[in-house]
Amino acid sequence: MASPQHPSIGQVWAWLDAVPDPEIPVISLVDLGVIREVRWEADELVVAVTPTYSGCPATSVINLDIETALRDRGVGKVRLERRLAPPWTTDWLSESGRAKLEAYGIAPPQPAGGPSRCPHCGAASVSLVSQFGSTPCKAQWRCDACLEPFDYFKCI
Amino acid sequence: MAAAVKAAPTREEALVEFLLRLGDNTLILGHRVSEWCGHAPVLEEDIALANTGLDLIGQTQLWLGLAGEVEGKGRTADSLAFLRDVWDFRNILLVELPNGDFGRTLMRQFLFDAWHVLMLGRLTESADARIAEIAHKAGKEAAYHLDRSSDLVIGLGDGTDESRRRMQEALDYLWPYVGEPFMPDAVDQLMAAEGVAPDPASLRQEYDATLRRVLGEATLTIPQDPFAQLGGKTGVRHSEHLGHLLTEMQWLQRAYPGASW
Ligand SMILES: [Zn+2]
Repeated sequence: MASPQHPSIGQVWAWLDAVPDPEIPVISLVDLGVIREVRWEADELVVAVTPTYSGCPATSVINLDIETALRDRGVGKVRLERRLAPPWTTDWLSESGRAKLEAYGIAPPQPAGGPSRCPHCGAASVSLVSQFGSTPCKAQWRCDACLEPFDYFKCI
Repeated sequence: MAAAVKAAPTREEALVEFLLRLGDNTLILGHRVSEWCGHAPVLEEDIALANTGLDLIGQTQLWLGLAGEVEGKGRTADSLAFLRDVWDFRNILLVELPNGDFGRTLMRQFLFDAWHVLMLGRLTESADARIAEIAHKAGKEAAYHLDRSSDLVIGLGDGTDESRRRMQEALDYLWPYVGEPFMPDAVDQLMAAEGVAPDPASLRQEYDATLRRVLGEATLTIPQDPFAQLGGKTGVRHSEHLGHLLTEMQWLQRAYPGASW
């Protein structure tokens, strides 16, 4: 479908992988798993985006950042499509995203429902402080060894 | 102004009505919970309540957005939230009640979450794919809310004499408002017949099981009086509290119509 003068779909994904998450700028929107599809419809680029949490205030900033990044690369016609199904899950965080989160001090989500270790010192003994944190996607935990508090990326 | 539900709504009228009920429940409770912002007993709880409110307001955008779309008269989630008057709201009475103390707020949240999780779970099987999608998304958030409110109700119920007394008082005070979401009316019957939504009464047994489990662990006594205050979800009779809430929530759009930023 894409005509030769269009940037390739792979190229667009690479550009989007350079757009930081507005709240956790160490990971990209692609790492976060919110970009669900990129396709050309004639001369219009369609990007399907899913919200992390339905009330996440970053959603509109994410949309704006995607549009800006693509326009900066010379894509004139961009349409964003909200995709609710299937709902976003932390399973969609990329492996590189998980590693970047931990290096940044945010424990990546675990199927067990809590962090596997302290992102600061690596100790396995950690305690829940609060089920919610500084953004809808995080909870607050504390390390029992180094006593530092840290954010945990909630598993949903 | 449609003051209340017609006795025999068309399928489309019933669908809009049903969506308003879902969206108004999350809107009004989301607003109530947000009233704690800056006032909760500890910072972590303040943040947790604000985030719960945020999830609920986000769900509101989806439900009311769809209501406006189905209605087809150009109303948006924003105009439905900010430009309707009390008698056009379709939330259950439980969610419009004032917060009271922290214990009552949490008990109300638990009583709502326990219903919400069941309702959204059933709506993921809705014959209307748009409803199923939203329910699936919102259901994950509601499950997290229920985990949290259950934990806190248990912690405070099975806590000190003071916290236990307050939680029992909260439960007794809120009990007459528990029955309303399970009472079917013409809208519910039509939605159930069309496979859009479950018969609300069919959720009660499982709801009661959740209550027995959590409130039992919280060492609280479940009231036995089956009397239920009605009138919120049909819009026939809201409490005086809803008007006060709307006065604050809608103030900006009333004072500066069409304001945006
Ligand atoms: Zn540590």
